[in-house]
Parts: sequence; C-alpha cells; structure tokens
Amino acid sequence: MAAFGSGETRPASARARFGIGRRRQVLLLVAFVVVLVLLWEGVKFLGGVPWRALGTGPQGPVIHNPPFRWPLASDLNLPHIWNIVLVLFQPFQRGSDVTVMAHVVDAALYTWREAAIGFVLGAFIGLALATAFVHSRLLERAFVPYVIASQTIPIIALAPMIVFAFGQSVISVVIIATYLTFFPVTIAMIRGLRSFDPRAMELMQSYAASTWQTYVKLRLPASLPYLFTALKIAATASIVGAIVGEGPGGVADGLGRVIITYNQYYITGPEKLWATILITALLGIAFFLLIRGLEVLTLRARPSAASG
Amino acid sequence: MPDPTVVRLAGVDKIFGRGDAPVTTALQSIDLEIARGEFVSLIGPSGCGKSTLLRIIGDLTPPSAGDAIVNGKPAAQARRDRDYGMVFQAPVLMDWRTVEDNVKLPLEVLGWDAGRRSARAGEMLQLMELGDFLHHHPYQLSGGMQQRVAIARALAFEPALLLMDEPFGALDEMTRERMNSEVLRIWERTGTTVVFVTHSIPEAVFLSSRVVVMSARPGRITKVIDIDLPRPRTDLTRESARYFELVTAVREELRRGGGLGTDAGSGSLARTLAEGAVG
Repeated sequence: MAAFGSGETRPASARARFGIGRRRQVLLLVAFVVVLVLLWEGVKFLGGVPWRALGTGPQGPVIHNPPFRWPLASDLNLPHIWNIVLVLFQPFQRGSDVTVMAHVVDAALYTWREAAIGFVLGAFIGLALATAFVHSRLLERAFVPYVIASQTIPIIALAPMIVFAFGQSVISVVIIATYLTFFPVTIAMIRGLRSFDPRAMELMQSYAASTWQTYVKLRLPASLPYLFTALKIAATASIVGAIVGEGPGGVADGLGRVIITYNQYYITGPEKLWATILITALLGIAFFLLIRGLEVLTLRARPSAASG
Repeated sequence: MPDPTVVRLAGVDKIFGRGDAPVTTALQSIDLEIARGEFVSLIGPSGCGKSTLLRIIGDLTPPSAGDAIVNGKPAAQARRDRDYGMVFQAPVLMDWRTVEDNVKLPLEVLGWDAGRRSARAGEMLQLMELGDFLHHHPYQLSGGMQQRVAIARALAFEPALLLMDEPFGALDEMTRERMNSEVLRIWERTGTTVVFVTHSIPEAVFLSSRVVVMSARPGRITKVIDIDLPRPRTDLTRESARYFELVTAVREELRRGGGLGTDAGSGSLARTLAEGAVG
C-alpha cells in the first residue's frame, strides 16, 4: 500500500450488525411464542371449561369458572397448553414405559430420514432439469409446462398411484417427498442459473471458457441464493410429502401413522395430537434452520447474504 | 520478429437492427492499425460506437462487414487463443471469490496448475499494490481497488492485448488520475498493447501514444492524433504546456465531429462540476 492510502477498505461492520439482528430475531421469536401462549390461555380463561387451579385456597381447591362458554375454547378443541406439555411425558400406550415424546420424536426422525432422502433426490432432479432448460430453449418450451402441470395434481390423488406402482414401502414415500421437492428447485434454478451478471458471461467468453467451465464457475455460484431459497421451501414441503405419503404408503414407523392414530383417539386424548403437531412443526423448523445454516455458511462472503 | 501489428481493422461496419426494427449504423468503414506496444485510446461522444468497436476487436460482437484481425488471426480465433484480456467499466468481480481467487479465474479456465496459479495471482496483486488484500472479498474493497483487481485479473495470463472499456468511468476524478498513473506504470512494465475506450479527454491524452477521435451516427474515425508527450508521464505531465495543447487539439477535433456540445464535453464538464460540488 505505497501509492494508495489506507482507509480505502470499507469497514467490515457487517458481522457486528448481523449479530445485533440475530439477537433481535431471537427476542422477537420468544415474544411471539409468549403472546401466542397468552392469547391461547386467555381465550380459555374467558370462554373455556372450568378448571382447578394449582394449589388450594382457604375453602379447598380453587376452581376457575370462565364467564363464557365458547365451544371453540373447550378442552377438546383447545386443550390447555400445560396439558399438551404434560402429555409429552406420559406413556404413549397404557402400561408402556415409552413416553409420548420419545414415541413421537422417534417417528419424527424416521419421517425426517424419508423426507431428507426425497429432498436430496428432488434437489438433484430439480437442478438437473433446470440445467437442461437453461441450456436449451427447446427443452424449456417443451417440458416446463409439464413440470408445472405436475404440481396441479393433488398429492392425495397421486400418492395411491405411486404406491400402486412402487408398492407399499418407504420407496413410495421417498418418491412422494421427491415429487414435492423437485418443483420449487426447478423453477427457482431456471431463474437462478440465468441470474449471472451478463458482463461476467462476456468475461468468461473472453477467456474462451467452455460451457462446463462457465456453468461451474459462473452460472452455478451465481445461482446459489436462488437455490437456497428453493431448498428452504423444499425442506418443509418434503416433510409434508413424507407424512402424507406414509398413509397410503403403509409405513407404520413415521409421523403419518402417529397422526392418523391420534386423530382416531382425539375424543379421548386431544392433547396427544396437539403434542404431535408441535413436534412435527419443530421438525419442519429444524430442517428449515439446517438449510438456512448451510445458506449462511455458503453465502457468508456475499454482502447480501445476511438477510433472508 | 512477428508482425508488429496487433490489431488490424479493415472496412469494419456495424449495423444494429434487423427485419422491421429500425436500423442504426453504429460503425461505418473503420480502418485502424495498432502496433505492438502501443497505447491507443478511442474517444468520442456517447453512441459513437467506441465500445462496440472494442467489442468487435474482442470478438464479443461480430462486425456486420469488414475484417477484424488480432495478432494476425481473425478476432474469433484470437479470442479462442486467449490473446487479449478485458476490463469493463464495472470491475465485474465474482463476489463469492476472494480477491486472489478472482485473479485466478482466467488461469483456472486456461488449466494452469494450482501452484502456478497462486504464484501468478500473488505476483499480479503485488504489482497492483493489493498484496495485503489477497483474502478479502470484493465488497470489502473500494471501487478503485476493485478495478485494480480487475486489471490484475486481465493481465494475469499475460495477454498480448489489453482491452479496456471505460475502466475508470465510475471513479471520482482523484482516484481516476491515480489509476491512470497506475495503468501507465503497468503498461511500461509489461509492454502489453492497450486499447482504451474513454469519455475523458485528459485521460486519453495523458495515457495514450495515439488518440483515435470518433464521431457519432454513424460512428466514424474523424482523426487520429499522435500524443508526443515524453515518457514516463507523471503528474508534472498534466501541467505541461504541450499537454494542454494536445487536450485542446482533441477537444477541437471532437467539436468538429459534433462530439462536444452534445455528449462528451458537456458530460465530462457536468461530471467534473458535480464531483466538485459533492466533494
């Protein structure tokens, strides 16, 4: 740095700002959960079924008697949050020493494995299709309409057909998860693989770079923000696909079966289904955050990567 | 000794618009020869086709008529042989690559091995006085530094010809002058032939061995002015009487060709004023 003075670099305060943003995000999330719980229990406090409060008063146990009776706030429709939490630690079957939580988490991990395989397959299929489409207008015009049409078929209608073709097994479930994953990746990557700076393309041209070199060194890296946006959508979609597929797929070990079972016993124990929904949601969020983490790690060098 | 002519343009026309679209003659019967080691600037008002001419030399756009010969070969062959390096107005760095990896990009395409790539990238960045910024990312650098990385990248594989398309157009006047001195230093060191497109009369005069003055609609070469300022050129050059004479000569030629009063002159004047007001 002889001829050029220092102070030419921009202050790299991105990290600091990013940290503050992260803390605020977490606070916001906690606040959101607190508000949701308050709203939930507030509705029950006003219009739920009478319940015995914890502890006892001078005249025996304290009963809270809500002023209204809203059907929506009944213990069947809207169980107390503490009951949902408590049911997690109860045996999942009479006499079993496996808790509901262990049972559902096991099922969730099983479903996640199916979803993850479908997710990876779908991502590669989507990437391959998009790669073909951006290199050939003819292929794009011929096949993109079918890619879009494929997603207009309800998965409920398609799942039995897939199961019929591939048998009642995990394979069918994986295929259904794949089917829900490849679409967002295809559509996003058709865009992403064309999102390079056109001048950078001229630069590659000036080096007489091959199509493959241009793909690997320009198109693909330039498309990564699009890819991760699609993968975040696909992560949750693949889990939904796997759960829905487990019913017709006859897979007994995953969340699909747990949800169907707890649905059937909802009248006697609504908390179990709610607890399962809670864990399913956490699974989706965890998968999403995993992809988000990969995104931050991969795009950390790019100035705009901190957002999203 | 090979042919000393690096660029030979003969009867080059460029016509934009086909079918029903309105036809614009961007370039008309351009003849130009550039010898090895020359520093030639193309100057003219906006729309005179000077960037298009540069792109024809680089085979990034084909001429509608005429021949573009680079290093004794058709421009397309010269591009495939990696005979030239290109610097655009914007640095066009890949923001996912570090400074060092950006400079390595053309070397990767050319299939150099990793050791040679690192050595050359380090050498080039040292030359551009960016030795301390190898592992920075482009967004951490100022505009002037980014453009120096782009120049290091363009020169990394030692092309015979360096094509620069208004490389300092986006920089402020102070940085631009510094970059001009820098480019001259590199040019003197490497002996590369340079074709340099610019809007700025002082820049063209300061840098060039010849200034090619162009006029617009249709884009033609109106005059080629030899710049006989002694080298090495320094800040003192900018204050010499001969420098002012040559700047005036180029300006008058631009005015005669309809260049000033429309785009180039008023544009650069307005730019100078605006920068003065902002700074």
